[in-house]
Amino acid sequence: MPEGKYCNKTPINTPEEVNFLLSDTSGSQYYKEMESLDVDTALLWGTIQKTMKSRLKTWLEICAHCGMCADSCFLYLVNDRDPKQVPAYKIQSTLGEIVKRKGKVDNAFMRHAMEVAWSQCTCCNRCGTYCPHGIDTGIMFGYLRGLLYQQGFVPWEMKIGAGMHRAYRAQMDVTDADFVETFEWMVEEMEEEYAGLTVPVDVENADILYTVNAREVKHYPEDLAEAAVLFHAAGENWTVPSKGWEQTSLAMFAGDWAACKMQVESVYDAMERLKPKRMIGTECGHAHRATVIEGPYWAGRENGLPPVESIHYVEWLAEALREGKLKIDPEKRIKELVTIQDSCNYVRNQGLKNATREIISYIVEPGYFVEMSPNKEHNFCCGGGGFNGIGVFRKQRNKGLEKKRDQILATGAKLVLAPCHNCWDAIRDLEEEFEIGIRWSFLKPVIIKMLVVPDHMVPEE
Amino acid sequence: MHEFLTGIFFWIAISVCLVGMLVRFVLYFRGLNWQLDRVAYKAHPKAGLKGAWRSIYKWLIPYGTYGWRTQPAMAAAFFCFHIGAVCLPLFLAGHTMFLESKVGFSLFTMSQGLADFLTWLAVGSMVFLILRRIVLPEVRIMTTVYDYFILFIALAPFVSGMMARYQVGSYEFWLNMHIFFGELLLISIPFTKMSHVFLFFASRAQLGMDFGIKRGGMKGTKMAW
Repeated sequence: MPEGKYCNKTPINTPEEVNFLLSDTSGSQYYKEMESLDVDTALLWGTIQKTMKSRLKTWLEICAHCGMCADSCFLYLVNDRDPKQVPAYKIQSTLGEIVKRKGKVDNAFMRHAMEVAWSQCTCCNRCGTYCPHGIDTGIMFGYLRGLLYQQGFVPWEMKIGAGMHRAYRAQMDVTDADFVETFEWMVEEMEEEYAGLTVPVDVENADILYTVNAREVKHYPEDLAEAAVLFHAAGENWTVPSKGWEQTSLAMFAGDWAACKMQVESVYDAMERLKPKRMIGTECGHAHRATVIEGPYWAGRENGLPPVESIHYVEWLAEALREGKLKIDPEKRIKELVTIQDSCNYVRNQGLKNATREIISYIVEPGYFVEMSPNKEHNFCCGGGGFNGIGVFRKQRNKGLEKKRDQILATGAKLVLAPCHNCWDAIRDLEEEFEIGIRWSFLKPVIIKMLVVPDHMVPEE
Repeated sequence: MHEFLTGIFFWIAISVCLVGMLVRFVLYFRGLNWQLDRVAYKAHPKAGLKGAWRSIYKWLIPYGTYGWRTQPAMAAAFFCFHIGAVCLPLFLAGHTMFLESKVGFSLFTMSQGLADFLTWLAVGSMVFLILRRIVLPEVRIMTTVYDYFILFIALAPFVSGMMARYQVGSYEFWLNMHIFFGELLLISIPFTKMSHVFLFFASRAQLGMDFGIKRGGMKGTKMAW
């Protein structure tokens, strides 16, 4: 059977198609069909010839097989130094092999490549900084995922995730109306506590255009209200777009480059339409990477930059604290050992290591902040990166969480600040799995607890 | 034989090597694609150059990067081999004299004592690297026959040169073998993994541009390689 009912090479584009795929619980039928899915070898080789340029070719060619990348990979380390987990081996035995065989690989090979691409690499790019030749295996795995997606060899959740972006321009089935209604409703809930709290929708020429992660709308709506509280407290002139509000891109993890373009263009359209001075995204790592770092390239922007200056939430927060727009009650600062999880997506991949530490200098009593080891751009991936929450690879994911568990345990801290949705999830999962007695949090709720509420927000009695 | 190796074959080898390197170097940079690589090379040349330069020089300094520091023994062997592999062909007395006779100029000439030391150091380091390849499972799993072929090409000029230097058996024979292996190495550079001798700089420059432009350089943070 070449193309299955659930598992096939055609992307899903509509809510009905998304629901149909979702109806196959856990993708059991989907994976069964995948076992007989044909490989279009001509398409595979044709795509490689068109898209594999000198950078990737050279990386595959000059890899000295020296193994210096081995120790840089947390999955290699937690899997008892299994040589099959060496980054160079993982990519040479999958993408390298496909290229060597000029695309003539079979179904079993593609399923194996899928397993390696989604369960043995999180595209955290750490190995790229440890290779003498500057070979970034994470980038190559991103490329391999694209080839696998095109052929239909993609985990069930990732196919759904990319389909969500195509159908809803959001990673979940959250419509534009859902977004605005939820935001307004959450803000209403907090109006009594904070006077004058509003959510300005579609205001032109605002100083800040705020974009979010659809998960917040669907599962953590208090996050939206917290963002409103902090912008309001800081006296910012901000707005949210009623369309183009979703900053994330599961399509990036799925390797669905066409959906990546559709998604990011919806945000850029909002920027063009509302002409804000800056765009600020929520506390999410991959969302920032998708919309700010990689997005301009999907959208064909030659300067590699979004239409307006776009910064991560931690950059805004550091700035607001520095400029005194947000004031912290020193009495309420954190007075217990606390550590921070540096997200690969904006720390290793955009160097934002200092912003979070600046925030910490305001919110943690001196002497209570403990760095993880290693940290900053050399920090290990949380384990939830590019293959977040995939059922079929749950076992491998849980194993991968051991590295972060050990790093956190070594700090002695019971509180972990995680200004990234994927890291936050992974740390929650590792607590569920290993029960080490830690708490974890985004920055917004922590800041709100210790915020000096400005006079204009104090409710009248 | 000696005349052939030091005459026409020398010119063929050196031309193939230099022209081949140049062509591949140009092709590499022409083959970079801002959209597929997702690096705006042309839009931000200054940030790109800064990143490229930093990415190269940091890795050329022994223990200059986290990568080198986390693997101290590997780093020692790597540098001890490569110092000999770069300096001996260029500065050994026999080589500079030969170059002088061929092209009319030569570079600085090192003393015989230093040359001997660097040769032994390089060969010793290479033996360590080969043993490392055999012993460590994470290196062994990737090692192919082709890797050993490259090691052979790299080591042969050293060993044959030493045989001639210490006159083990026929000096003439080992000298010819040495010249032949040296020229084989030159010819192999553009066509094999030996291309790393110049593509190292290209590849490092590319990743440096990536970090310099997109991954933090323009935000004012330098990647701590």
